[in-house]
Amino acid sequence: MVSPLPIDKKPEGIRLTTAQEKSRRQRNVAIGLAIGLFVLLVYVVTIVKLGPAVLDRPL
Amino acid sequence: MSFISDSSAASQGVTVSSATPGDFIALMKPRVMSLVIFTALTGILIAPTPVNPIIGFASLLAIAVGAGASGALNMWFDSDIDAVMRRTRNRPIPAGRVTRQEALTFGLVLAVLSVFTLGFVANWAAAALLAFTIFFYVAIYTMQLKRSTPQNIVIGGAAGAFPPMVGALAATGHLSLASVSLFAIIFVWTPPHFWALALVKADDFARAGIPMLPNVKGADRTRRDILLYSLVLAPVGLTPWLMGFASPVYGVLAFALGALFLFHAVRVYLVRDGEQANRFAMRMFGFSILYLSLLFAEIVGERALALALPAMSKSLSMPW
Repeated sequence: MVSPLPIDKKPEGIRLTTAQEKSRRQRNVAIGLAIGLFVLLVYVVTIVKLGPAVLDRPL
Repeated sequence: MSFISDSSAASQGVTVSSATPGDFIALMKPRVMSLVIFTALTGILIAPTPVNPIIGFASLLAIAVGAGASGALNMWFDSDIDAVMRRTRNRPIPAGRVTRQEALTFGLVLAVLSVFTLGFVANWAAAALLAFTIFFYVAIYTMQLKRSTPQNIVIGGAAGAFPPMVGALAATGHLSLASVSLFAIIFVWTPPHFWALALVKADDFARAGIPMLPNVKGADRTRRDILLYSLVLAPVGLTPWLMGFASPVYGVLAFALGALFLFHAVRVYLVRDGEQANRFAMRMFGFSILYLSLLFAEIVGERALALALPAMSKSLSMPW
């Protein structure tokens, strides 16, 4: 049976060590950079393949 | 219900990753990846008509990531044997920095991403060959051949030989004989290259239960096979010049390097005992890397030069 949490005490969950927090931050930065570069790559390749008039099309 | 006083992940039986980006880069086997980039670049540059540099770069990136995916999936499957070999026990999984599940997920995501990116950037034939290369390396070489036959590296070597063909296919949309010639060079080069290392690291491979040629057929048979493959490699190394897509400068270089490769193979064949035998085998291993790097660097160099100086390509009678 689940008992209610005391109002003044929030669940702590899992507390990461300093090393785990540091590596998680590094992974987040790396993933962010990788996604950013991938988006840039797709953008540049689209312009190269379709030409600068890619948005100039009849509606 | 009671609150957990010790809230660290370990005390709650939860695995929290402490892997750094460097560990994930290590999963992609950067040294193997650099060879793949180099050989795939050669495949792209031998295209009769120069490919758009952005498309060429993006294709190369996709092929490199595909190679990284293969490396990660290889480390996922081989973590048990990596843990018992001195050469590999500090890899991210056996060292405990990355879990097998993380490596599997990472490898699969990269594999799908690389194949679809190459399909979008270049063409779907190149993407299909890249997908087949990843499949061949992981499912055929890593999962089957490596643990079951002393010819593992002979057949499995094809996986490492495909990148120039993927590069050429990405650049032109069709397979050329020139790219097949580059495939042949790497394919014939792989067995003597690995067997020279396996001669010295035989104990390591035996401890892991990998049936490398020296462990199964003995060192003498391995030395003989190294020599035989080197005899085939020397003329195969000349084919880019004989087929007319590399200059006579390449021909001279390939002839000299082929002769040196044979010299190393003969020395490994003749000197079989003591410290010197191991030293000669390791020298051959080191030279084999130099051999392949110089041959491909020469082709990359002359193609880059010809792109920069179009007049030169005419004077060398290159079939652009």
